Amino acid sequence: MVTGTHDTKRETTAREWIRRNFDTQGVIQTEGLSFYYGKERVLQDVSLSIPLDGVTAIMGPSGCGKSTLLRTFNRMYELYRGARAEGKITFLGQDLLKADPVSLRKHIGMVFQRPNPFPKSIFENVIYGPKVHGIRKKSELQDIAEESLQRAALWDEVKDRLKESAFSLSGGQQQRLCIARALAVHPEVLLMDEPCSALDPKATDKIEQTTRELAEELTVVIVTHNLQQAARVSDHVAVLLAGGELAEFGPTRTVFDSPSDDRVCDYLCGRFG
Amino acid sequence: MGIDLRSLSQRGGAGFLRVLRERWDRPVFAALASVSLIALGLILFFIFSEALPLFRTISLSNFFGGTWLPTVEPNRFGILPLLTGSGLVMVGALVVAIPFGLAAALFIAEIATGIIKDIAKSVLELLAGIPSVVYGFFGLMVLAPILQQIAHIPYRRTALLASLILGVMALPTIASLAEDALTAVPRSYREASLAMGASRWQTMWRVTFPAAFSGIIGAVILGMGRAIGETMAVLMLSGNAAQMVGSFLKPVRTLTATIALEMAETPFGSEHYHALFGIGAVLLIITLAMNWIAEALRGRLARKHGS
Repeated sequence: MVTGTHDTKRETTAREWIRRNFDTQGVIQTEGLSFYYGKERVLQDVSLSIPLDGVTAIMGPSGCGKSTLLRTFNRMYELYRGARAEGKITFLGQDLLKADPVSLRKHIGMVFQRPNPFPKSIFENVIYGPKVHGIRKKSELQDIAEESLQRAALWDEVKDRLKESAFSLSGGQQQRLCIARALAVHPEVLLMDEPCSALDPKATDKIEQTTRELAEELTVVIVTHNLQQAARVSDHVAVLLAGGELAEFGPTRTVFDSPSDDRVCDYLCGRFG
Repeated sequence: MGIDLRSLSQRGGAGFLRVLRERWDRPVFAALASVSLIALGLILFFIFSEALPLFRTISLSNFFGGTWLPTVEPNRFGILPLLTGSGLVMVGALVVAIPFGLAAALFIAEIATGIIKDIAKSVLELLAGIPSVVYGFFGLMVLAPILQQIAHIPYRRTALLASLILGVMALPTIASLAEDALTAVPRSYREASLAMGASRWQTMWRVTFPAAFSGIIGAVILGMGRAIGETMAVLMLSGNAAQMVGSFLKPVRTLTATIALEMAETPFGSEHYHALFGIGAVLLIITLAMNWIAEALRGRLARKHGS
């Protein structure tokens, strides 16, 4: 697997670290990726390359396999019985399907559909990852917590109540806490699985802003069923259609203005009315 | 005007049954359901009303005194040796049941899948279903000689022997209730932990176990209740010597065994008779308190994660 990790203390973003150490256009690349739950095929021969820069959105009607595709990137699909991936996925040029999933997930973080903070304090939530990965020094953990909460745009709201339960936060704040928690491990890629689907418009707006800011430093892949959201936050967009077929992949503007696939056009226009 | 809503739910049927279904269903079910409540109330009432007369003749401090000598003059009704006997056997049982029970719960809830999980669960159910007299018989015939040989104990029946068997008996209670508590921890916590590169082991110890902690404590307390209330096996295995002991290698007598042993031979309405009801009342208070604490802890767990 990818050895070493970038050190934020050295003022290096994940992106800079990758640029210096790897000669790769796409951070994550799939080639002929098919995916099965038991006998049911969920993804069909998907080939795409997640670019290093910016936000990549994965869109498509419900049940088309967007979340499944996202979960192949950090091997979270392995938690479900009978799930099987075929084909090739690489992360920074290395075979992701043969990697150790535990160390892979230190490099590829994830935020889920519903905010899922642990039943612990705000502080304990953020430093969970670093603690698991062996950081013991209190001062270092405090620095990481502050930095991660800053990056998730939550610090100012919680800095005086770090010891309070994470459940005392609003839904939107909880989701930003989950983002901070994922960032505390210093991943190079952040996967977001419909992170706003349980949030109101105001909280959604805040998450989208945070996502844009994060994209300056690391690669973000976001699954969304909301076309406007994809248009607002993403630089590239992949459109999956029913049956798990990748119908379109390219810069967001191009895909939205002139999709090459008729079915994608129908999907986009149908939703826009 | 409009539709008669009641006619929509009517399914016909003749006379009496129809009236029963439509008018009397609630009261009938309420009455049936209250039977268990009434039974509990009556048991509480009779136990305490039969225990209280004892305190006309002996004081509360005598009742908790150090000598249990009910049939020899001067009679002594101090239940302290029985309390310590029950306590000793219970502690010993928990030393066996907690580690193995929790390990079994973690195995079933977190590690085992498919057929292995089904087998492990049914083994626990089987363990819980073995009659206690069979446990006692097995302990006496199989385990006791082995223990005597290994530890060179002069006694065949000891607190240790009773503890070991009782531990196995309390194990299914602790294991299956702790497994419930672990299974009740939302999957999303585990996913969040794993997605940050925590191993399954780390996730189990740092997230799932702490999140289920109050329910696990509840399971342990119910296991304690099971151990304290068990009668037949300890009666067969503990040796029943009503003396104060601090050693697992000697015979002890428990509260439950005392009632079972002496109830048949005591004159109705005698001091001894009331003293045995006093023991029953003490047992009842201990087990009710344990159940109440355990349910409160388990309820807290449900509220904490239920959304």
